[in-house]
Parts: sequence; C-alpha cells; structure tokens
Amino acid sequence: MTFLQFVEGPLFYVAAAIFVVGVVYRLIGILRLGGERDLARPNGSATGGAILTVLRHFVPRRTFWRGSSFHFVAGYAFHLGLFVLLLLAAPHVAFLQERVLGFGWPVLPHWAFILTAEVAFAGLIMLWVRRFVDPVQKLISTSGDYAATILTFLVMLTGCLALQESHVALRATHMVFVDIWLIYFPFSRLIHTFTFFFSRAQTGATYGRRGAKL
Amino acid sequence: MSSDNKAQIAVDKFLQFTDGEVASFFEACVHCGECAEACHFYMATKDPKYTPTYKLFPMVKAYKREKAPLHSIRKMFGLLPPAVTEDELREWETLVYDSCTMCGRCTMVCPMGIDIAGTIRKMREGYAAADIVPDGLKRSVDFVEKTGSPMGVTSKALLAQVKHQEKETGIKIEVDKQGADYMAILSSMEIMGYPEIIGAYAKIFQKAGVSWTISSKAYEATNVGVQIGSGPLAKEIVTRVVDAAEELGVKYVISPECGHAYGAIRWAGPNMVGRPFKFEVVHIIELLDQLRRDGKIPAGAKDGRKMTLHDPCQIIRRGGLLKEPRRLLDESCADFVEMENAGLGNLCCGGGGGVSANPRAAELQNAAFGCKADQLNAIDGLEAVVVPCANCRTVFEEGLEEREIYNLEVLGLGELVAETLKDIEQAEG
Ligand code: SF4
Ligand code: SF4
Repeated sequence: MTFLQFVEGPLFYVAAAIFVVGVVYRLIGILRLGGERDLARPNGSATGGAILTVLRHFVPRRTFWRGSSFHFVAGYAFHLGLFVLLLLAAPHVAFLQERVLGFGWPVLPHWAFILTAEVAFAGLIMLWVRRFVDPVQKLISTSGDYAATILTFLVMLTGCLALQESHVALRATHMVFVDIWLIYFPFSRLIHTFTFFFSRAQTGATYGRRGAKL
Repeated sequence: MSSDNKAQIAVDKFLQFTDGEVASFFEACVHCGECAEACHFYMATKDPKYTPTYKLFPMVKAYKREKAPLHSIRKMFGLLPPAVTEDELREWETLVYDSCTMCGRCTMVCPMGIDIAGTIRKMREGYAAADIVPDGLKRSVDFVEKTGSPMGVTSKALLAQVKHQEKETGIKIEVDKQGADYMAILSSMEIMGYPEIIGAYAKIFQKAGVSWTISSKAYEATNVGVQIGSGPLAKEIVTRVVDAAEELGVKYVISPECGHAYGAIRWAGPNMVGRPFKFEVVHIIELLDQLRRDGKIPAGAKDGRKMTLHDPCQIIRRGGLLKEPRRLLDESCADFVEMENAGLGNLCCGGGGGVSANPRAAELQNAAFGCKADQLNAIDGLEAVVVPCANCRTVFEEGLEEREIYNLEVLGLGELVAETLKDIEQAEG
C-alpha cells in the first residue's frame, strides 16, 4: 500500500469514523445536560421563537450593522466558499462517489473553483488576521481558536496545491491534513458548525416564551 | 473558608448551573467579539475586558475542565484549561457584578444568539455561594433579611406613604383587602422616592372600577436575591409575595415599574417556588394598556411636551412588552419621539442588574449612562423622558445631574397615564 493509498483509505475511514462518532457523542452529551421545564405561564411560542432566532441571527440587525459588517462579509466569504468547495469541487465529488456514496453530481468548472477558492481564502485570512489585530478578539481568542483556523487554512492550501492530481505527493499531503482535521473536529471549536443551532434555538425558545423576539 | 474551598464552592455551583442551555452557549461561542460592540460598558470605555463573553471565562473554564463532553479525551492530550482559582474569581468579580446589568443587548448582535445576561445571572450563583460579592449588594441583603426590603422600608413606612397618597388624591386605598382582584407590589425605590405612583394607581383603578389592594406583609417587589445571585434568597422573596397573594385570594399580582422585579416574579418566580402560581402576574404597563383598550380609562388632553421613552431592558427586550408602552404614550403625549435604536435594541441605563446598588460601580455606571445621554441629546428640544422603571429612573436622574442637564424631566409611565386621564382633564377644565 502506498502512502497515498493509506491516507485515502484506512486512515481516512478511521478519521471519518472518529468525526462522526465524536460529533454525535459531543452533541448528545450537550443535550443530555438538559434543563428544567419552565413553569411560568408563556406569553408566546417557544418553538416559534426558536425558529425565528435561528433564522434571524444569520444576518446582523441594522442597529449593529456597522460593528458587524467585517465579520459578516469575511464570515460569509469564508463559510460559503468552503461549503461550495467541499461539495462542488471535482476531486471531492469524484472521491465521495468512489469511496463513500457511489453516486456523484455536477461539479464546478475550473475557473469557478479558482474564484471560489480565492473568496474563501480571502475570508479566512481576514478572520484570522483580525484575531490578533483587534484588541477585543486578541484578548478573548484561545489557542483552540488559532489551531482550528490554522488547520483549516492548511487543508485549504494543500487542497489547492493538489489540484493538479498528477502530483501524488501533494494529494497525499492534502489528505493527511484532511484526516487530521476530521479527527480534531469533534474535540475542537470547529463544533460550532453544529452548536450554533443549539445556542440560537435555546435563546429563541426562552425569549419566544416571553413574547420577546430576539 | 479556606481559599481552595471558595474556588471549589464557586466551581461546584458553576457546574450545577451549566445545563444544556448554558453548555450550548459555551460550545457555540467562536470568540468573534461582536458582543463587545453591543455592551454599553465596552462602548463607554473601549476596554476589551468588558467584552461580554470574556465576563464568563471562569465559568467556561470550569465547564471545559470538568463537565464538557469529551473532556477526558482532551485531558489525555493536555488540552484542558487550568483549574479556576480564587484569585481569578476575585479578579473577575468586578466584571461579573459591576460591568454587567444583565441587559441582554449583546445577545442581539451575537451570531450564535448567546444569552450572556442569563448566564451571568447563573454565574453569580457561584459567586454568591462562595461569598465573593460586592459590599453594596451584601448590605442590601442584610436589609432584606432584617426588614424584607433592600432599602429598609418597613410596613409602617409603607402605610405612612399610603395615608399620604390617600390625602393627596382623596381616594381611599384599602390595604390587605381580602378578595380584591389585584394586588399591587412596589419597589422600595418607588415607595421612598416616587410615592406618587401609589396615588396614580388609586386614581386609575378608581376610574377603571378595578378592585385592588396592597398587602402590608408583602409589598416589596425588588428581588436582591436575583441581583446578587442567591437562589434561596430570591425564592424567599418571591414566596413572601406568593403567600400573601394566595392568602388574600387575588386573581392578579401587579408587577410595578421596575425591570428586574418583573423578570423575577413573572418569569423566574414559578420556577423558584416549583409550581405555577394560583394567580397571574401582570405588569402594570400591560394592565394599563389592557384597561385603555377595553375603554375603561379613556385618555383626556395629552401632555404637550416633546417626550421620548426609555425601554427598560427587563421589561422590553427580555420581557416582551414592546408595543404596550408605545400605545399608552401615543395616547398620553402629543409629541412622542423615539430614541435611536428604540425598542428591542435600546441601550441599558447602565444601572440595572444590581449595578446601581453597588457603590463601587458608580463611576462605571455613570460612564455607561453617557451612551444613553448621547441618545437623549440627539433629540432636539426634548422636554421629558418617560422611564417606566424606578431603578432606571434614579440612574437617569443621577446621570443627568452629573451632566448638569436640568431641563429634562424624568417621569414614570403610571403617573403620566394618571395625569392624562379623561376625568382629570374635565375636572380641571
Ligand atoms: S458575539 Fe457571541 S460568539 Fe461572538 S464572542 Fe460574543 S458571545 Fe461569543
Ligand atoms: S447583558 Fe448587557 S451589560 Fe451584560 S454583557 Fe451583555 S450587553 Fe453588557
């Protein structure tokens, strides 16, 4: 077995399994901490509030637009770019079709891939730099924040380098970082991919019950 | 208490209060710092330590170290934060008590919707249990234990104010009336500083034909337990009101123009006593709005001054009563203008959540009020501001005086409604 075969094969499956089991375990663990039933007479709907808050917090309110615009632009550039690359880049679709799912879907043309990658990189670098430049973020950022950012950056960088699929070594490097990223994910701040939903829904439910639309 | 002990006591409480909701918050925060921009303490000082999420750090650490799912695996890789120490807790004390009014504004800007205010409330449970609390709040607790009121207002003092208001209005106010429909509770601040509100209730309820009473046993709405973070004390204070109300057999308890008192009895109360009440809690603003819409207290001539409204955080943003005060003002005031960010996005006065009861925080509170003062100054020719919370109202009065602004009247909503009732106008006309 070549190194590439190893990181694309057994190691990848192990990493993917750790990712899935770890994420599910952590999310269930959070939910299992539970809470008490609210005995106060409600003045509105908890479910309605939860849905509203989950949706509304995708976009900053006008009141806070000035302070939020940097993160809004950089955040969406990075996150949307990343999702598009993850799901629509030709090698990713081919990989998932061969190894995991057995079926594929239309992919991005090369120029669109490059454009998306640039947008995603720009976003990630903006988010990263702001962490150590902005006094507030500098104070509150932890090593875990940097680790997650740097690891994601390396996954993306090696991914772009590996685009010429003939370069076996580059493809293998990309896969190594992907595997590490998958293994690290459930233990890290990357979990916000899922917990954002819990957090918004909890607040939305609490406030919704009070008839307040936060 | 030895020092390890204190840290341990606080940490135990932190962990106890980290339920699924709080854990979701801790697990979702991405340290983006957006919340700073929404907090009046950061806005006023630009000091990063006032970033809302930073105020929670010791509690987050305790959770990550001892309760978070997968923490034992993280431990094997040396990825856990160090233990929380007493020194650290003391260092954070001012952040937890002096620089958070539990106003909830940061939640609006947070992309994760994290309820910092609610979590600070829980974090204070740890601080109170370990007795790492500001002296000012401790004094209030002592007063409550002795007299039932944080300002030491005895039932004798209350009855004297009631008598006085009876004389002023010529209306009999029946104390401890069995079987009344409504029982009003008041904040100490109202009883001592703004007793006109008792007369205002008398006028309005007489006009509306509402049967109401005040209990000589449970008149205090202020809940220091909620402010300092003592669940048992908070429960004791709420229970006193519940017992009196259920003894008198009232259908409703009226929560006064006080922000946190509303949250304490309306939203937290039933959970503290562990059962739904046998009566309903209504906020005075809700009740006035209802009576007005039922046609029982028609408005007369409007107050002609240019007025604006301050939205007390616990009543509006965290209480859901957004439209009610506005409907009342529209009918009571001829020239009502909104402040910038009015409604849900309002800025806190700077003195809620026990901050105004904590003299150590006075300077910071005054700085934070500066943001509010700027909003007031931005309205040309403003003559009065309606502040439907007795605590905010004192903060306004102090803050305006500090800035030597004397041409702006600060008034309560109940008084304004009472003064602009239809009959009053006819009597005068
Ligand atoms: S805005 Fe929300 S997610 Fe961002 S740092 Fe503050 S609490 Fe955390
Ligand atoms: S709840 Fe209000 S005072 Fe407390 S941190 Fe948030 S914005 Fe600041």
